[in-house]
Amino acid sequence: MSSIKMRATLGDNGVTTVKILISHPMDTGLEKDKKTGNLIPAHFIQEVVCEHNGASVLTAEWGPAISKNPYLSFRFKGAKAGDAIKVNWVDNQGNSDSDETTIQ
Amino acid sequence: MTSMKRRIFLKGSLATGAIGMAVSAGLITPRMALAAWPKAAFDATSVDSAVSNLFGSSTLAGSDKIKIKAPDIAENGAVVPISIETDIKGVESISIIAEKNATPLTSSFVLGKDTEAFIATRIKMGKTGSVIAVVKAGGKLYSTGKEVKVTIGGCGG
Repeated sequence: MSSIKMRATLGDNGVTTVKILISHPMDTGLEKDKKTGNLIPAHFIQEVVCEHNGASVLTAEWGPAISKNPYLSFRFKGAKAGDAIKVNWVDNQGNSDSDETTIQ
Repeated sequence: MTSMKRRIFLKGSLATGAIGMAVSAGLITPRMALAAWPKAAFDATSVDSAVSNLFGSSTLAGSDKIKIKAPDIAENGAVVPISIETDIKGVESISIIAEKNATPLTSSFVLGKDTEAFIATRIKMGKTGSVIAVVKAGGKLYSTGKEVKVTIGGCGG
């Protein structure tokens, strides 16, 4: 199951709106495990890259202060319905995931 | 119609599971995808040093052309919805700073040439303070701030 849920819709004005939800703990490294009392190590997404037809439309650099299960929305011009939108994220522990959708 | 779109949406999510598996099997190295993550800027403990580490300059010009949409009062500091939009032309990047966080820089977004100057996300805020948007356009830095009152902090501890 992908960690990414995304949707890209083309509006009447020729602007595509992309909405992305990622399942990720986004641990800051400052919080304690309630059972053991130990610090939960920092675990957060550092970079999200969004591509349209192979060209980058958005590169997000994140710190741990992005909320758990991050939400991201942005808009861009020049796309057609049916074009592919690809998203890839990488976190500070070296995990990553990607997903692709077509513009509706 | 709505339910049909939803079907397609779900199908799309499933298909990409294969990529995730390729990653976990070590076929694709995650590090390959990571460009220069600005560690010094994210580790910085003041707004000034975060901005200067990120941009190489901490000279911010106040601008009324940047609109920050954020709640006046955030009941839960762990999830504060923020959106930033500007009419400034030729925007290269938008960064979001939470003034009173231990490390103020929350995120920085580099826009493509066809990307509109608009970003929406959700951030964590440790306590009441300004949310500052820094917009880079034409090599210059513009900023504006909005005060958000935080009832319960969202940075653990």
